[in-house]
Amino acid sequence: MRKNLTQKTILILAILLIFIGGFVGVPKGFSPAALKQSITDRIHLGLDLSGGTHLILQVMVSEAVGATSDSDLQRILTDLQTSGATGATATKPDPKGQPQIIRVTGVPLDKDNAVRSVLEDHYAAQYDIASGADNSYALTMKVSVVRDIEQRALQQSIETIRERIDNLGVSEPVIEEYGPGTNEILVELPGIDDPGRVKDVIQSTARLEIHEVLGGPYPDEQGALQANGGTLPVNSELLKAEQGASAGGQYYLLNRIPIVAGTEFRDAQPSTDVNGRPDVSFTLTTAGGDHFYQYTSANIGKSMAIVLDNSVREVATIEGAIRDQGQISGGGITQEEAQNLSLMLRTGALPASIRFLEERTIGPSLGADSIRHGVEAAIAGLIAVLAFMLFYYHGAGINADLALILNLVILLGFMGYTHATLTLPGIAGVILTIGMGVDSNVLIFERIREELRAGKSPAAAVDQGFSHAFQTIIDTHVTTIVSAAILFLFGTGPVKGFATTLVFGLLANLFTAVFVSRVIFEANLNRRQRGEAISIG
Amino acid sequence: MEFFHEVNIDWLGKKWYFLAFSLIFSVSGLLSLFFWHGLPLGVDFKGGTLIYLKFDQSPDLNRVRQAADRVGLHDVSIVRFGHPADNEIIVSLPQRDTREAALDTGRAAIVQTLQRNYALNGAANAGKLDLDNATQETLTAFLMQADPMHLNNPAVEQVRYPQIADAILNYRDKVKDGLLGSIAELNGQVDPSVVAALEQGADLSGFTVRNVEIVGPQVGAQLRRQALLATLYSLAGMLVYLWFRFELIYGVAAVVAVFHDTLITVGAFSLANREMTLTVVAAILTLIGYSMNDTIVVFDRIRENLRLLRRATLSEIVNKSINQTLSRTVLTSGLTFLTVLSLFLFGGEVLNGFSFALVIGILIGTYSSIAVAAPMLVAYQDWRARRGKAAALPAGKRART
Repeated sequence: MRKNLTQKTILILAILLIFIGGFVGVPKGFSPAALKQSITDRIHLGLDLSGGTHLILQVMVSEAVGATSDSDLQRILTDLQTSGATGATATKPDPKGQPQIIRVTGVPLDKDNAVRSVLEDHYAAQYDIASGADNSYALTMKVSVVRDIEQRALQQSIETIRERIDNLGVSEPVIEEYGPGTNEILVELPGIDDPGRVKDVIQSTARLEIHEVLGGPYPDEQGALQANGGTLPVNSELLKAEQGASAGGQYYLLNRIPIVAGTEFRDAQPSTDVNGRPDVSFTLTTAGGDHFYQYTSANIGKSMAIVLDNSVREVATIEGAIRDQGQISGGGITQEEAQNLSLMLRTGALPASIRFLEERTIGPSLGADSIRHGVEAAIAGLIAVLAFMLFYYHGAGINADLALILNLVILLGFMGYTHATLTLPGIAGVILTIGMGVDSNVLIFERIREELRAGKSPAAAVDQGFSHAFQTIIDTHVTTIVSAAILFLFGTGPVKGFATTLVFGLLANLFTAVFVSRVIFEANLNRRQRGEAISIG
Repeated sequence: MEFFHEVNIDWLGKKWYFLAFSLIFSVSGLLSLFFWHGLPLGVDFKGGTLIYLKFDQSPDLNRVRQAADRVGLHDVSIVRFGHPADNEIIVSLPQRDTREAALDTGRAAIVQTLQRNYALNGAANAGKLDLDNATQETLTAFLMQADPMHLNNPAVEQVRYPQIADAILNYRDKVKDGLLGSIAELNGQVDPSVVAALEQGADLSGFTVRNVEIVGPQVGAQLRRQALLATLYSLAGMLVYLWFRFELIYGVAAVVAVFHDTLITVGAFSLANREMTLTVVAAILTLIGYSMNDTIVVFDRIRENLRLLRRATLSEIVNKSINQTLSRTVLTSGLTFLTVLSLFLFGGEVLNGFSFALVIGILIGTYSSIAVAAPMLVAYQDWRARRGKAAALPAGKRART
């Protein structure tokens, strides 16, 4: 018995030391400042305590699907020509709403078989092909392919955003997928309390494309429609020129399929034009350059438009063949814009545009304030509970108080070891643990008192008290852990932090209330004469 | 010492009072939810923009409103917030001003126009660095340009000035709570030449942005659904666990009691016209677990007594069980209440809604495990008896020892 008790005591002390190590580490010194420093090194503070910006953004993945079907559409058009189906054409009936559908119409009767077999051969892997009336075909991208493209667009966006943020020199950012299936990204930027510039850099898709100009400029959309007989030509789009760009505010009719797509840009650097104004010069990939050279040599005298993020930046007349070099000046871009733009072009375009769904900024003074308040409330609560237990249970109160303090040490140690994040609601979780942690002790003590009243010996009463209360303690812990687990699954940052501390606190409590507190009782009983009363108020 | 010694209260005899009490609170909560305040939703669920500002003196709300008006933000609501001595206000913009494109314009517009309005010496200071709202980046840039310490060496400057900027901002945020009283205060914190340069080229606008929350409409709707689902899943999880550990009727009684607590707590938010936020939902989910605790302690005792006292009626057993656990129930709730109260009193404004929910919920949760859950077991048995069925005691898994 006695030897057993010694072993248990050593076990408890070892656990105490291990968990103290969890949140203090090996302190560099024993001055309060050094201790505080080693604690802050180990306990990872959430944004709501450290200050910073939390952003949730959504990737418009359907644009990536649209880009893929656009390039397929272009291939289909070439295939239709090679198979001699003159007069046949391919379009997207609803490029915005249903980017995954391509329609092929006007196939001449005698070429129907040829077209059908070309479509089946080349596109059946990615598309479900259905034939309709008048030799038309509807190609619908397979759901699995769409999902694949969306997933890839999301991952690529995360990578691109990470690279851009790293380039801005933000320390320890968090950039990760947020919420399954919603195509959302969580970005956390500690220490950034005015996210304006970061947001601009993140959001710009920097999707740079060069398009053929079919018509324009028009003063407004109505004018463009009238000039083209009421409807826009097949495979064309109407884009507005950005304010400040040449012919700002006007509309151009462009071929929807770009001559040079975003992926064909290789490098970009800020530079200055002949008049010393800031601009951005870019370089194309070899394949893109070849393609561009072919196009420009065949279309001298025509106009082309440089389109950035769906708005026309510049319209230029092709004066000669160009291979792989070019500039975007567009008039009126500032030095900083030129720098941002070339950074974004270098780190790669986002595969789709991005929408901000949520932004929270916590100023550093508020974070410091919250920590102060949280710690004050925790200490006030702790002192009240410790004092009450001593007052109400006398000797056994010391037992409960020791168990409670050990509970807190284990909780903090857990947080240190698992790199869990401490948030403001997390501090509230610690405070709740203080209150709920004594519950198990109260249950046990009340039970022991009952057994004593029923005339049992102190040793038997302690034994019975613990074993009777054990069932109840398990049941109450399981239900609370269930609700905390659901919180963890449902919650975002701060709420997750709360659920984490609550669960850790409850687990630690199971150990301290059932095991530690019992060992203390037994040690106490051992020191006494057989039959001598124990101090339980 | 002992508060409750051998108590012998006939709890079930008071069930009509309990019913009346529960009905009054639930119904008044429901009435307020449907006909009075509704459920005031915070920005988390409703969407919109909130900007928390702190001033160095009592803020003139009209002046802030005029400033907002001037930049075209017309239906902003401006209210004081927290303790009056803290000089804090919340500027909120309704959701329609937070179209995606404009997500950030509200904040930028308000801060800029306030800076123009609040600069200590008016227009003379236009273009100066606002030290109350300076970030590490802007302050470092200022110092690098001014080079007050005449380091004349970009490599050294790039190391020294960010450190000085950090020291200044740390003093401002951690010691002075976000607002400097005067630039001269920095003497002793950093090199005098830096203070002199700041006095030349910087100014204090007398306010600082403490916190900004911008939530788009889509997120709000998504969170509303998630919060509701989380609450329901949590209740369902408890029901299944109690069914497995006791019997179905125990689970039903406990879940009804917990639902009653949730309803009254949410009703209290409506009655007090307090806003539901994410952390409040977290508090409510915690309450579900907590109130379940109390109920299980009583149920466990009922189950035990059903085995021990085979001749007693169910009402006697329930009464006895409540009395036996009363001391524990009151103590635990009292202590948890104590900690939650300290959270409510000292925990600061950010956690105020959270701790309010806990304060109400712990009181109601304790009450409901005595006054709602246990009497339901008896009511169920009486109902079965009236229908002529055998008085099968819902005794739980009797086989266990």
